[in-house]
Amino acid sequence: MAIDSTTVAPPRIAPTMPRTRPFTEAPPDTLDSKIPEGPIDRKWELRQFEYKLVNPANKRRFKIIVVGSGLAGGAAAAALAELGFNVDCFCYQDSPRRAHSIAAQGGINAAKNYRNDGDSVFRLFYDTVKGGDFRAREANVYRLAELSTNIIDQCVAQGVPFAREYGGLLDTRSFGGAQVSRTFYARGQTGQQLLVGVYQSMCRQIGHGRIRMNPRTEMLDVVVADGRARGIVTRDMLTGEIRSHVGDVVVMATGGYSNVFYLSTNAKGCNVTATWRAHKRGAFFGNPCYTQIHPTCIPVSGDYQSKLTLMSESLRNDGRVWVPKTRGDKRSPAEIPESERDYFLERRYPSYGNLAPRDIASRAAKAVCDEELGVGPGGLGVYLDFSDAMRRLGVASIRERYGNLFDMYQRITGENPYEVPMRIYPAVHYTMGGLWVDYNLESTIPGLFVGGEANFSDHGANRLGASALMQGLADGYFVLPASVTDYLGRTKLDAVDENHPAFMDVEREAEHRVRRLLEIDGRRTVDSFHRELGKLMWDYCGMARNRAGLEHALSQIPAIREEFWRNVKVPGSAGDLNQSAEQANRVADYLEFAELMVTDALHREESCGGHFREESQSEDGEALRDDERFAYVAAWQYNGDGVPILHKEPLTFDNVHLATRSYK
Amino acid sequence: MPSHNTLEESTRSTAHDDDSRPMQLTLNVWRQAGPTEPGRFVTYQHQNVSEHMSFLEMLDVLNEDLILRGDEPIAYDHDCREGICGMCGMMINGIAHGPQRATATCQLHMRHFKDGDTITIEPWRARAFPIVKDLVVRRGSLDRIVEAGGYISVNTGAAPEANNIPVPKPNADRSFEAAQCIQCGACVAACPNASAMLFLAAKAGHLGLLPQGQPERYRRTVDMVAEHDKQGFGACTNMGECEAVCPKEISIDFIARLNRDLIRAKLTNPSGY
Amino acid sequence: MIGVLTLYESTIGKKVVMAVTGLILFGFVIIHMLGNLKVFAGRAYINAYGVFLREVGSPMFGHEQVLWLTRIVLLVSVGLHIWAAYQLTRLDLASRPVQYAMRKNQEYGYAARTLRWGGVIIALFIVYHLLHFTTGTVHPRFVEGDVYNNVVIGFQNPLVSIFYIVAQLALALHLYHGAWSMFQTLGLNNSNNKRIWRGLATVSSTMLALGNISIPLAVMLGLLR
Repeated sequence: MAIDSTTVAPPRIAPTMPRTRPFTEAPPDTLDSKIPEGPIDRKWELRQFEYKLVNPANKRRFKIIVVGSGLAGGAAAAALAELGFNVDCFCYQDSPRRAHSIAAQGGINAAKNYRNDGDSVFRLFYDTVKGGDFRAREANVYRLAELSTNIIDQCVAQGVPFAREYGGLLDTRSFGGAQVSRTFYARGQTGQQLLVGVYQSMCRQIGHGRIRMNPRTEMLDVVVADGRARGIVTRDMLTGEIRSHVGDVVVMATGGYSNVFYLSTNAKGCNVTATWRAHKRGAFFGNPCYTQIHPTCIPVSGDYQSKLTLMSESLRNDGRVWVPKTRGDKRSPAEIPESERDYFLERRYPSYGNLAPRDIASRAAKAVCDEELGVGPGGLGVYLDFSDAMRRLGVASIRERYGNLFDMYQRITGENPYEVPMRIYPAVHYTMGGLWVDYNLESTIPGLFVGGEANFSDHGANRLGASALMQGLADGYFVLPASVTDYLGRTKLDAVDENHPAFMDVEREAEHRVRRLLEIDGRRTVDSFHRELGKLMWDYCGMARNRAGLEHALSQIPAIREEFWRNVKVPGSAGDLNQSAEQANRVADYLEFAELMVTDALHREESCGGHFREESQSEDGEALRDDERFAYVAAWQYNGDGVPILHKEPLTFDNVHLATRSYK
Repeated sequence: MPSHNTLEESTRSTAHDDDSRPMQLTLNVWRQAGPTEPGRFVTYQHQNVSEHMSFLEMLDVLNEDLILRGDEPIAYDHDCREGICGMCGMMINGIAHGPQRATATCQLHMRHFKDGDTITIEPWRARAFPIVKDLVVRRGSLDRIVEAGGYISVNTGAAPEANNIPVPKPNADRSFEAAQCIQCGACVAACPNASAMLFLAAKAGHLGLLPQGQPERYRRTVDMVAEHDKQGFGACTNMGECEAVCPKEISIDFIARLNRDLIRAKLTNPSGY
Repeated sequence: MIGVLTLYESTIGKKVVMAVTGLILFGFVIIHMLGNLKVFAGRAYINAYGVFLREVGSPMFGHEQVLWLTRIVLLVSVGLHIWAAYQLTRLDLASRPVQYAMRKNQEYGYAARTLRWGGVIIALFIVYHLLHFTTGTVHPRFVEGDVYNNVVIGFQNPLVSIFYIVAQLALALHLYHGAWSMFQTLGLNNSNNKRIWRGLATVSSTMLALGNISIPLAVMLGLLR
């Protein structure tokens, strides 16, 4: 099935030619988001009371499959095992501690109000809805803000070494332009420290025999038997063995799809395969066009570039962003006098200045580079200058705050940021879109739950800094254990084993596909296709998008895909460690997924958060949202060889007043 | 249509690139088809290395060539490529993670090598790290050590209010130093005895320095040390090689601390078991 | 107390045995060296010291009783030290069945690298030393009780003196890494006192080597006759 849909090349369409809508629309009211009744601050409490429980003695009879071992998956696996369920957990890395949550640097938000600076659950909720440009579900975001405080308690009890003040209490900082200091952090390693906490909790349950960990095992497909998700098919990356795993419920926390751009700040192995296969089996995909571009990344240095490196956006607290005022100014930054520099963030956003939110700061950097004012290789960079801060605070103070980041920058670029300004450029960093889930985090496939970055839920069209870790852990530690228990408590499950026809079919398809990839024996490497796709997506579905560009991308993707299945070269065999085959399998899915992402971007004729349509901007270049037409979640249904079907989940805002996001 | 931010343009040579001619390198790489196959060194001439490449990107480019030539690419582990996931690691000219201190393989850049250099690349070698293929090894033995007790037993939901447990800043900072361990295994690879004592000590030190970690401190130490030995790692002979290659520069002072805790655990049995 | 017995099961426990026995032997060689230096005070002085060693503890203990007790403690220490070293070495060799084709040491120097072979040389030296100066078996003209005479005559053979000097250098190297290692194994090291321990190890091993080597050197140079 997977193969058939990819071998048929859709008709090529010239970029300028008007085309019919590449999707159809479902009748309204087909999606039930299952938001609880009641006032916003009681919804989660009421829902938890409604949830069915499972008798403690019966819990060990259930087997829960958890795919992914990052903050969401790992936390869910640990918490469910603590409840007494049997958990089978899978990850593609050689240890669950390596999931990409580990790379988060900045921090984790929580509405503790330890600073007495006016923070509250409601304010965190408000900021997140507003930061998400009013494209998130209020009820979900409120729950997230509520749970944020429990997360910090949990992590501290596990031994996460958060930064502390001399009094021994937890330190917090302001992050990502927030007006309150609600971000907890562990130097530049908050993600690693939180993930190690999760990993330790998992290890405890592995040691107790309640989690069976399957590292170096990649999920190839989800199996839907008798209308419910009942298991997955995996490939053992060391032996190549493809096999089925049967469970009573499947939890996926498989991260985002930033690598559709080839170059992103994600780990090399991050992929869309799990979510895309689930989508093809019936799970709707929510808002795939919402991608986040992070402004403070190290610019590309050459065509061999394999990934981009992010530096914490805390750098913008003291660094000033500028470019030369004149085109083609090749002087070294020190030689350019103050009067000939354009501090464009401070100029355009006087009240937020260099701390403007990620999407806004990124687009502003792109805008000056589009005007050929950029610096460094290819003019794709802007300066991030600490010389003022070093004069004001002293070098020692800057070293103390950012020393590790400065070292990292120097390690990668060979330039000393204490002497010359850093060069930064935006890079794809996070994807807000993901599998559509209801309030219980259940997808449109009954029994398939989705957590963390893999779902679309809480960030709307733009994620605020330090909110990803919060969402992953809220889903994993608190929401999924409750909602998955409820599912098991209220669902009558038939006995299913590996010999069920659904498992046999999916296993066969997966085997066939891997064999097929190895048999093509063409003339281009997997990476060359991935780069080609990535470049196309970055150029036409990246920081700024327009109709012509998106239509061009839509016409090109099938051609790349067609060539991929005809001309890719995957060396080696299927029966052992074969990193090319792993990557080919992932790229094949990106080549299908990209089309849906572009379709979504094309249909959303407004600018919101990370999605900027050039047609929808004000005279001074600011994003224009269109709440009349687009205040909904776009949930896409897979339709075989036909065009995808759009379902709309209307978004209503009863607690946060719909307003234009302004950071001027 | 956006036309200024294409990746293609970024690769054009600019003032930034002008100073770097491509380097030529000779690579001696350990190739081993499978866990039980015999391995050998294979020599590759790499003609096109830019000083701005990372070490892994240099290998990526070689692999692309190998694939197009019909050879199997060199298998090596890597993931985040920003020095934090701990997936990558190889012996580069006899040094775990290569010549630059405090740097994981993925963050090592080719500007630390010279045109004409010969580079010998080997996998981590230890009984507890069996080779899977080429430069890829299994490091599950490190996970086993953590599973034996490298955690604080707290169920989700059972945590007290976070600020009820004040931690003196020096302890928190010291704990963080140990917690920086990325579990890459370089300490084992570099140790003349293939001992994982630095890893183990970092894990025990991270938790043992915090008040939350006290109730299980001695039991944890005893159980993790026993598992370390069971996994076939060697004994620490206090050489300090591990500390020198650790990408996070974790100090062997933590090993002294671990030893002290184990002795105390065995002599006075403070955990009462 | 079961804990103490199970301590030895772990690699760290074996190292603790090495550290504790090492500490005993370290103390012994220091006292031994200080005793040896009395040879420079003259024949009567050193011979009287020899008598003292046999009679120490009197009248509570009889002739040579304390001496033998000490000898037993020392022999047991040496035995345990070597036994633990042997077991650890076997474990360590097994822990890396395939060696690296290329390895560059980053940190540890000659002393650490030669710890094991140095230990073997020292063990052989001890055997020779006992046969030479304690039992007199391999001594050309051994006179029971005439320590001064035995030392001077013993070292008049340049080959013997050179062997002693080499062995003392080996011992000093062994102690330089061994003493520091002992502090580390017993968990006494931390970032505050690390340099003190390093310094102590350096000073003590250097003094020991200088003190002990001075005797054969003095004999060969004709300063002692």
